[in-house]
Amino acid sequence: MNNLWGDSLSGFWSAWIIVITLGSIVFAFWLLYANRKTDKTPDAEGNVETTGHAADGIEEYDNPLPRWWFQLYVGTVIFSLGYLLLYPGLGNFAGLLGWTQEEQWEEEVARAEERFTPIFAQYQEVPIPELAEDGEAMQVAERIFQNNCAVCHGSNAQGGYGFPDLTDDEWLYGGEPDNIVATLRQGRNGLMPSWQQLGEENIENVTQFVLSLSGEEHDAAQAESGAATYASVCAACHGPDGTGNQALGAPNLTNDSWLYRQPGQPLEEAIRQTLRNGRNGHMPAQAAYIGEERVHLVAAYVYSLRQQD
Amino acid sequence: MSTALEHPTYNYKVVRQFAIMTVVWGIVGMLLGVIIAAQLVWPQLNLDLPWTSFGRLRPLHTNAVIFAFGGSALFATSYYVVQRTCQTRLFSDKLAAFTFWGWQAVILAAVITLPLGYTEIKEYAELEWPIDILIAVVWVSYAIVFLMTIKQRRTSHIYVANWFYAAFILTVAVLHIVNSAAIPVTAMFSVSIYSGAIDAMTQWWYGHNAVGFFLTAGFLGMMYYFVPKQAERPVYSYRLSIVHFWALIMVYMWAGPHHLHYTALPDWAQSLGMIMSIILLAPSWGGMINGMMTLSGAWHKLRTDPTLRFLVVALSFYGMSTFEGPMMAVKTVNALSHYTDWTIGHVHAGALGWVAMITIGSMYHLIPRLFGRTEMFSVKLIAVHFWLATIGTVLYIAAMWVNGILQGLMWRAINPDGTLMYTFIEAVEASAPGYLVRLVGGVFWVTGMLIMAYNVFMTVKRSEAARQPIPQTA
Repeated sequence: MNNLWGDSLSGFWSAWIIVITLGSIVFAFWLLYANRKTDKTPDAEGNVETTGHAADGIEEYDNPLPRWWFQLYVGTVIFSLGYLLLYPGLGNFAGLLGWTQEEQWEEEVARAEERFTPIFAQYQEVPIPELAEDGEAMQVAERIFQNNCAVCHGSNAQGGYGFPDLTDDEWLYGGEPDNIVATLRQGRNGLMPSWQQLGEENIENVTQFVLSLSGEEHDAAQAESGAATYASVCAACHGPDGTGNQALGAPNLTNDSWLYRQPGQPLEEAIRQTLRNGRNGHMPAQAAYIGEERVHLVAAYVYSLRQQD
Repeated sequence: MSTALEHPTYNYKVVRQFAIMTVVWGIVGMLLGVIIAAQLVWPQLNLDLPWTSFGRLRPLHTNAVIFAFGGSALFATSYYVVQRTCQTRLFSDKLAAFTFWGWQAVILAAVITLPLGYTEIKEYAELEWPIDILIAVVWVSYAIVFLMTIKQRRTSHIYVANWFYAAFILTVAVLHIVNSAAIPVTAMFSVSIYSGAIDAMTQWWYGHNAVGFFLTAGFLGMMYYFVPKQAERPVYSYRLSIVHFWALIMVYMWAGPHHLHYTALPDWAQSLGMIMSIILLAPSWGGMINGMMTLSGAWHKLRTDPTLRFLVVALSFYGMSTFEGPMMAVKTVNALSHYTDWTIGHVHAGALGWVAMITIGSMYHLIPRLFGRTEMFSVKLIAVHFWLATIGTVLYIAAMWVNGILQGLMWRAINPDGTLMYTFIEAVEASAPGYLVRLVGGVFWVTGMLIMAYNVFMTVKRSEAARQPIPQTA
């Protein structure tokens, strides 16, 4: 039983399927064949006499089965038996064509690889800064971006809440060609721990201090108290001056770029929320999906976006 | 309602109750459809509230039209037909009354729980386990009332309409109980006892047979009584009834896997789903032929009888969608049509064109008779309703065909470099005009249903007025 839905069926289940499938088709056909003729002869209007019983005044003629309908029925049965001969269907019998959906898929992918890989292989020879200047290549790259990346980063690549803007000059993990390729190839996991254990008062103080880093309006006294906590807890990743660390993906806190600020949300609220609950950003690794060649091309596209500034 | 309406032999009370609720739930269900169709044109109409979001109202729409509207229509007509054709009263008035109130309770529970987000996330079987148990109890009671009435019949022969009703009732009981089997976790949360591909296969075995038995066999039962009755002609071929009945109920059981083409379902199961769907074409058309040919010699009646027009156009849409179904079950076609709006168009060709049209035609025959009259209040309004419903259906399915094929082609279009030509959102944008046309079709339908409600109200009112003693003037 446990391999009923596995790669192959046990002998019993395979036989069971063959028997009930063919049995059903034979029954359907017998039903038709047994009723092919009526012994009643039609009257002047072409109708035969009724069966003799009436239900609430409704009588029933005993007309023969329409010929075209009979033939349609036989046709579908013949087609189906032919299909079962050629394709998998009767239990473990694979069909004369040996077709499987996995193989159909693999063949289509192989054909596509053969046809399209040379196009991308030629792009891979070109260094990223140069490729980013190639208009035609960037058109191809944009299409890949739109179908794979835009779902998070937006069709204009300006990101959104929790998804980095790729058109500005802020880079969590660095904006050099090698950084971008690494991000695309293996993905990124940005983790900001929750600091609930600091207590609400400290969280509020650190919030005010973080606001002060980017010159935002803040409570000076609280910020001063928060500075000490920042130095002992936050500076390890975000740096003593708050400019962040691209090796860790720790954001720069001294500018006006905020990844986790909802539209219209007061900045201090967003910071407080981050400190209390932490954050978990995930960029999926793309190499396995789109292949190394396309990673190279998309990296050039992302590199070209930053050049727009 | 006055007791003067009581039939000396038959229980018409429960039939009247279900008939009136058919109209009420028809309006509710279709209005919900219009709301979610409008949300697809103007997404802000979900009001940014969880209870009114598309994901929660969509199952409410499907449950309301299939089980509330379609279900009430099947209860009403099956109770009427089984009594009339067996010449005996329903087996138990009390149990019949329980099926009415029980079924209304199920619908009310759906109206409350689905917008609140309680769901088993199985399509057409979303209701949580306590409601599932109530459905099972009501349904088994229904089976007892119906089958025992047949057993007590005063005729030698069981009329063909009753075969279809009986098959529908028995099969839906089995489908519902097997597919809804779940382990309760809390009062309103449960986990299916099936997992993975087996869960998917069980769900579509249920889902396709909900179409095959609830929405096809049951309504064929309706067709087999109301078409010959309204046309006043004998049924075309008893022989054809036998062949297509047995073939239909046997073959439908196999067709479910065509909903799971090119998925984790094993190849052999997909193939069987496909070929059985193709064999299903002729048995399905048997019902259409038998209904249509019954009209031979009565075609002239279509000019004057809009009720008969509803029944005939229903049969045409039935024939059209039962051709479309096997075609879409072919893997090559399915590879294009699956996951597109074509599927939604196909479902509505069946749901509006067949199920709703045959129901409305039957109700226009049934309701005056239940209230002691020979005709509806206004035959002209039936004609208006007919045109609204027909145009609405055509707009709906044409819009979805265009959208479906458009989406299928856009999704698979590739550039010379192998990249996709269109992003998903571009296909959504391209679908917007179709969504608007579909909405217009839906508005046509709801308008027609409101006209029907007025016509029914006036018919019932006149029936009661006729029974009041005429006051003497001084």
